[in-house]
Amino acid sequence: MVELFVDRYVYLFVLVLLSIGLYGMFAMRNLAKKLVGMTIFTTAIYLFFIEGSVKDGATAPIISPAVGVDAAGYVDPLPHLLILTAIVVGVGIVGVGLALLVRIYQAHGTLEENEVVARLSGSPRAGRRGHPLDEPAQATSAGEADGEAGA
Amino acid sequence: MSALPVLLPVIPLIAGVLAVLVGLYRPAAAQAVATLGMAGALGVALTALAQVIDGAPLRHEVGGWPPPIGIEYVLDPLSGFLATIIAGIGLLAVLYPAKAGLGFVPKAGLPAYGLMCLLLTGLLGVVVSGDLFHLFVFLEIYAISTYALVALGGDRAIFASFRYLLLGTAGSGLYLLGVGFIYFTTGSLNMADVAGLLPAVADSPTIAAAAALITVGLGVKMALFPLHVWLPDAHTNAPPAIAALLAAVQVKAGAYAIIRINYGVFGPGLVADELPIAELLTWFGAAGILVGSVMAILQTDFKRLLAYSTVAQLGYIGVGIGLANPIALIGALLHILNHAVMKSGLFFIAGGIYSQTKIKEIPRMSGLGRKMPLLMSGFAIAAVSMVGLPPTAGFISKFYLVLGAIEGGRWPIAVIIVGSSLLTAVYFVRLIERIFTGKVTDPKLEDAHEPGPRILGPVMLLAVGLLVIFLANVWIVDAILAPVADALLAGR
Repeated sequence: MVELFVDRYVYLFVLVLLSIGLYGMFAMRNLAKKLVGMTIFTTAIYLFFIEGSVKDGATAPIISPAVGVDAAGYVDPLPHLLILTAIVVGVGIVGVGLALLVRIYQAHGTLEENEVVARLSGSPRAGRRGHPLDEPAQATSAGEADGEAGA
Repeated sequence: MSALPVLLPVIPLIAGVLAVLVGLYRPAAAQAVATLGMAGALGVALTALAQVIDGAPLRHEVGGWPPPIGIEYVLDPLSGFLATIIAGIGLLAVLYPAKAGLGFVPKAGLPAYGLMCLLLTGLLGVVVSGDLFHLFVFLEIYAISTYALVALGGDRAIFASFRYLLLGTAGSGLYLLGVGFIYFTTGSLNMADVAGLLPAVADSPTIAAAAALITVGLGVKMALFPLHVWLPDAHTNAPPAIAALLAAVQVKAGAYAIIRINYGVFGPGLVADELPIAELLTWFGAAGILVGSVMAILQTDFKRLLAYSTVAQLGYIGVGIGLANPIALIGALLHILNHAVMKSGLFFIAGGIYSQTKIKEIPRMSGLGRKMPLLMSGFAIAAVSMVGLPPTAGFISKFYLVLGAIEGGRWPIAVIIVGSSLLTAVYFVRLIERIFTGKVTDPKLEDAHEPGPRILGPVMLLAVGLLVIFLANVWIVDAILAPVADALLAGR
């Protein structure tokens, strides 16, 4: 039993990282910290895949004369490929998330979740500040403000 | 080997890239490019569906590498059915005029139509993918485009989109973790191959954990109660055409993946008999029906009402999947089609009302039926279908679901399905009454008039579609859905 844990201690790290990530995503009040939590969560999944492909005494999956063509002598390359893809996907998501954070900060001047919620649910105009990058949103918010003004 | 399965996601992808490039110079032309692309995808989907109804599934091995080594695209009747719905609703959504559908006309360099094509690429990819990891990639393709598209709706939408991004990423992360469990247990990612390898290791706790992780992860994507918390804000604040796409087809991709992986890969023997996954899907679906319906009754914003009613309708689909008998599964699949047609129609109507009158609150819609008789008659048909009364499509799927619940001996579920129709009737009949018999109270409605044919057209088409589906349901069920449901649940 003890040996099992010593052999697989990396999975404990994965579990800890997953928990830290989930805690950051759902318990932190700051939106940027939530995004950091999300990054930790996805990184833990990458670590899980990489650890899963570890093989003692095996080498990189490039056929070498010393090892021959016996598959047992090489590490399974597929998890690495999957995680490369997942990292690219993750970068895209973090990019979109940061872009949204920039827009939230421009509109509200804060990244604290409760303040943003208060501004959004409070006065309909409180959350709106003109900004040069705000073109698409302005078109809609002009329409919304119009609708709310008549309410 | 057929090229049709791979063409399905590739055509919208190419159209999306072209729409972005064209949009840099001629923003108006981007919509035309996207429309052409979606029309092409719909053509391919219909051709493929016609081929697979009576024949073997179409397969495509990417790069000529045979599975399980290579990535495989598989198009069977279930995929073809979903792909036709996705491409059809997608075509109507990109056809819908930008001013009403997005709330603004995209300027040069704002790739709204490119993103819509990318969203549909991801959705079509999910339904034709025959590989567990490939499905994850398509899940993320449609998710990323969704985050960006929801954010087009203004300040509230940006915040809703950020919350959805966190939850959606957690969901796909759990799915990926489950796929990792499967890969390290079986050594394969190809769905058909994994389905063959699983029985040998089915009693391992790793596989049970994988099934649980994948179902929870996809449950977030499908917005099944209690994982629906991102949906009401995102669907309320997204522009109408985007909200129509999200409610009609985007959440259904998650439902498809749950059906495909739980019954097609794990098998009903594991998911429904050994593990309580199907049981939990049923009960959470039933809870979602009740919570969604009650919350919908409490709303005064029209789009928010529609968003909560989506939560309830997804509950029906969850119940149909969870009951795990062919009749209930037919009901769930038919409800995927019906809900796609009626909810996209309702969001198009919300967009039409808002673009004509700038009104989105239900109390102010009083008397709208006299000002916009055609648009509102479309609304009446869609609303009757949401309640589930004949002669509209909504009646048929609820009928199958109730039959399925009775067949499974689940009387409480049958009572919930019928009872929640009454709840749905509360909010839609109230709306119909106010719109058609109420007096015009809002000054903005005095000189309101019917929207143009580009808004009326899709709404009328979808309303007529609801009547046609009602009449054609026997054919749809006999030719497509009954064989699909029997094949998926064959092991039971």
